Amino acid sequence: MSDQNASFGNRGNRDASVVNTKGMGTIDGTRKSGPVGAGRAGDPFLIGEAMTGGYGKGADILNDCTIAVEQGQIAVIVGPNGAGKSTAMKAIFGMLNLRQGSVRLNGQDITALNPQDRVKAGMGFVPQVNNIFPSMTVEENLEMGAFIRNDDIRHTMQQVYELFPAVAEKRKQAAGELSGGQRQQVAVGRALMTQPKVLMLDEPTAGVSPIVMDELFDRIIAIARGGMPVLMVEQNAQQAMNIADKAYVLVQGANAHTGTGAELMANDEVRRTFLGG
Amino acid sequence: MDFLNALVVFLNFVFIPAAAYGAQLALGALGVTLVYGILRFSNFAHGDTMAFGTAVVILVTWGLQAMGISLGPLPTALLALPFGIAATAMLVLLTDKAVYKFYRVKKAAPIILVMASVGVMFVMNGLTRLLIGVSEYRFDDGERFIINVRDFREWSGLPEGLALRSTQALTLVVAVIVVIALFYFLNRTKSGKAMRAYSDNEDLALLSGIDPERVVRMTWIIAASLATIAGTLYGLDKSFKAFNYFQILMPIFAAAIVGGLGNPLGAIAGGFLVAFSEVAVTYPWVKIVGYIAPWYEPSGLMQLLGTEYKFAVSFVILIVVLLFRPTGLFRGKSA
Amino acid sequence: MSNTRQSAGYSAWRAPVLFAILAVLFVLEGTVNNTMFSGSWNTSLAILNMGLLSAITALGVNMQWGYAGLFNVGVVGFLAMGALAPVLVSLPPVEGAWQAGGPRLLAALAVGVGVLAIAKLVWTRTRSGIAIAVILLAGFFAYRFLFDPAVIAIENNNPARHGNIGGLGLPVLLSWAVGGLFAAAAAWAIGKVALGLRSDYLAIATLGIGEIIVAVMKNEDWLARGVKNITSIPRPVAYEVDLQNNAEFVAVAKDWGFQAAEASGIWVKLSYMSLFLVVLLVLILLAELALKSPWGRMMRAIRDNETAAEAMGKDVTRRHLQVFILGSAVIGIAGAMMVTLDGLLTPTSYNPLRYTFLIWVMVIVGGSGNNWGAVLGAVTIWFLWIKVEVWGPALIGMLTAPMPDGDLKMHLLDSAPHMRFIAMGLVLLLVLRFAPRGLLPEK
Repeated sequence: MSDQNASFGNRGNRDASVVNTKGMGTIDGTRKSGPVGAGRAGDPFLIGEAMTGGYGKGADILNDCTIAVEQGQIAVIVGPNGAGKSTAMKAIFGMLNLRQGSVRLNGQDITALNPQDRVKAGMGFVPQVNNIFPSMTVEENLEMGAFIRNDDIRHTMQQVYELFPAVAEKRKQAAGELSGGQRQQVAVGRALMTQPKVLMLDEPTAGVSPIVMDELFDRIIAIARGGMPVLMVEQNAQQAMNIADKAYVLVQGANAHTGTGAELMANDEVRRTFLGG
Repeated sequence: MDFLNALVVFLNFVFIPAAAYGAQLALGALGVTLVYGILRFSNFAHGDTMAFGTAVVILVTWGLQAMGISLGPLPTALLALPFGIAATAMLVLLTDKAVYKFYRVKKAAPIILVMASVGVMFVMNGLTRLLIGVSEYRFDDGERFIINVRDFREWSGLPEGLALRSTQALTLVVAVIVVIALFYFLNRTKSGKAMRAYSDNEDLALLSGIDPERVVRMTWIIAASLATIAGTLYGLDKSFKAFNYFQILMPIFAAAIVGGLGNPLGAIAGGFLVAFSEVAVTYPWVKIVGYIAPWYEPSGLMQLLGTEYKFAVSFVILIVVLLFRPTGLFRGKSA
Repeated sequence: MSNTRQSAGYSAWRAPVLFAILAVLFVLEGTVNNTMFSGSWNTSLAILNMGLLSAITALGVNMQWGYAGLFNVGVVGFLAMGALAPVLVSLPPVEGAWQAGGPRLLAALAVGVGVLAIAKLVWTRTRSGIAIAVILLAGFFAYRFLFDPAVIAIENNNPARHGNIGGLGLPVLLSWAVGGLFAAAAAWAIGKVALGLRSDYLAIATLGIGEIIVAVMKNEDWLARGVKNITSIPRPVAYEVDLQNNAEFVAVAKDWGFQAAEASGIWVKLSYMSLFLVVLLVLILLAELALKSPWGRMMRAIRDNETAAEAMGKDVTRRHLQVFILGSAVIGIAGAMMVTLDGLLTPTSYNPLRYTFLIWVMVIVGGSGNNWGAVLGAVTIWFLWIKVEVWGPALIGMLTAPMPDGDLKMHLLDSAPHMRFIAMGLVLLLVLRFAPRGLLPEK
């Protein structure tokens, strides 16, 4: 934390008549991107390879961690609490500084890009929380998703509405007034509006009911079958592995097990440790 | 019972003044609420920004008058307004670059920005004093009345007169145009929506490719324009005195909070609510009651509070609204 | 994380050195006569006395801000509240005022408070908005029925000289404590409302109450003659005239090489200074003891992590209300002392820029949370505030000297005294930027 930020401690931050802490950002938007390098032959579509790093100057959370996803497939990251699942995804998205390793997308090395530029390079990212604009309508949320595009976005919007008919009915409603599951749909829809090359979801089913979860997974499968690779962090390991083409089990920021969903489900150790028997 | 005369008195002394004052407050509160929504702090320098903008408008007005340029029936200040807006926007952007940006980049707690705005308030106050001094100025020219009391009496045959000063009409017309333009901008244009998105969720806005610095620049320019327009209209309607612009900060803050901080629609509603209550509570109703209920002879002026206590009115409204609706009349960001 | 930073890089010598530098400035002001300094001990001590009062005010603000993180922008109102005390307590009674409408006035005020209490009671019991509205409306008219004639009677009582309710004729030192009580009462009322809301709205509430208190003081002539001002508030120290007529004093002054007039001024100011210093030191002692007590530790714990404190069962709102009342009481004491020093009450001079925001500059520059910092900041800023008004024109005069005489030069010279606003703003901005913890950071 900066000196300026700590200088008043927590003073005055309770007084709603002078300060507005809602919706405040945490990402450093001023970080400039470095150059884009060349990819390597034989790379998967997206790969974060041998990533080591942590937040700020703190200790390393990721240790030589590798995550990859192929065209048209679903890859999931699972693991116990605090294993660095979300951190691994954020590392791929450029939200923490890697000390080692690289991130390559579609034949390009994008390790030096900041998150904004990774969106432009084709990453669609859905954060776990605060992933919509609550006071804006569903339609405006989608428009904002397509902010960087200058072409006609109506077709994409139509596709999103077809994918999520429930929110299509509420397109003129404020997104903040929707139910939890519908909000997640808006959040995914917003990310799809950039027409990304890969979709990254950070625990999309956190806090939604099992029925809604199943429906969301159905939608995600539909997206992947449409040709878009999906990388997803999931708390509900069993369900996630059921739909996964590839699954990564992380333990303490390192790869513990890797395989297809079915393989890992068949692995006794994985089942015992992470799937509860 | 003489309803018509009562209505005329009501329009003349309550409705028209309150509507004009309400429009001025609403424009001021819009600026405060936008800065609160996007830069996330209450700008104590807003009153002095208004004063600075108005001072520039007055100086340019004098210059234009000296050159013999006028707008005929309209006040020359209207012609000077763009210059005032430009100068104020420049000053405010400069302030942002020199003061606020540093803390924004550091993601400092908003309270530090509040403190910084107090410093900016001192500086702007001093600048305004250097620029134009502390005296009171009237700078309205052109046609004084659209309807004057004598013409109205002759036309209507009523003993009570009705006056509509051109500055009051101008205030309302300009306010309506500005508000429509602002709402069109915020709700219909890509840039305006980007501002709202940034206010809702800074991180997601950044990830959507919205340039935060551009949003902030637009906000300051709009806030400076609103402040200059509000200040000029207030000065045309009443008079210009730098200190009054500091005092008007209280009703402006009250209007913004009553409406729900961060909510532009609320700021407008709040502005009119505060203005109408202030005028209604401090107006001596004896004359109107006399027309409506001539059999009743009140002993006093039937004035609920002396005009000196108009600030108390905005304060009481504020407290009452917050007690019953903690987020303001329209849901604000502050709860 | 913040604690380690706070103690780092702050030498034990820092406070004494900074206070010593400040002392040197006052000595220079008293002894050296040039464009920078006046060379008059009277001026120097006058600045110091007002600086000490600002220090007490800043101490009160620092208790609210530094201990609890409460943002009070109604300092001017609490100062004004305290300022009423010497008028109501230590001025001699006004002949005929009490007979004219005293009891009726008291009855009116009692009805006013009673109505509010009943309204509150009814609200907690029934939650009926209509009932409240009826009670408040009826109460308001009952209050005005009692209040208006009483006020007219009092204000018509010898309006040229008095027209106010008058005081009790008690010692002026007592009124300082009463000033604290007045401000505390106002703080209780406002804090009860503003701190009880779902999130704090203390800033806007205090901004409003500050304006209202000053408006009351300006317009309620029966209270303190409004804008007609109250003069000749009794003094706790000797009068210059008496000293000058005292042969012994004149003789001693001569021994020291002073004229009687100058010496009497210095003597009076030194007497005030001693009184103020005693009050200031007692208040600092109490504030420091409170801060180191379990109560103070809890206050800081709440400030640094409200959620945790709440989870531990601490009633945050109640603690905030306590410290808000205490801080306001200290501000009220300072308000009473200010009118005592001036000997007169001029409601029009209660300007929020000077009495609220300048105090805030003092607190921030001194160091949030550090009582000695508040004192240092207050005296330093007050010295600058006074001196920049002199230095500004001197500087402008120097800069414009090569300019030809004309309107622009005249304008610049005329407006040079306003430079102090810009200077104060810049000081605050620079401190916020480069030393946000202030001159003496919190330990």
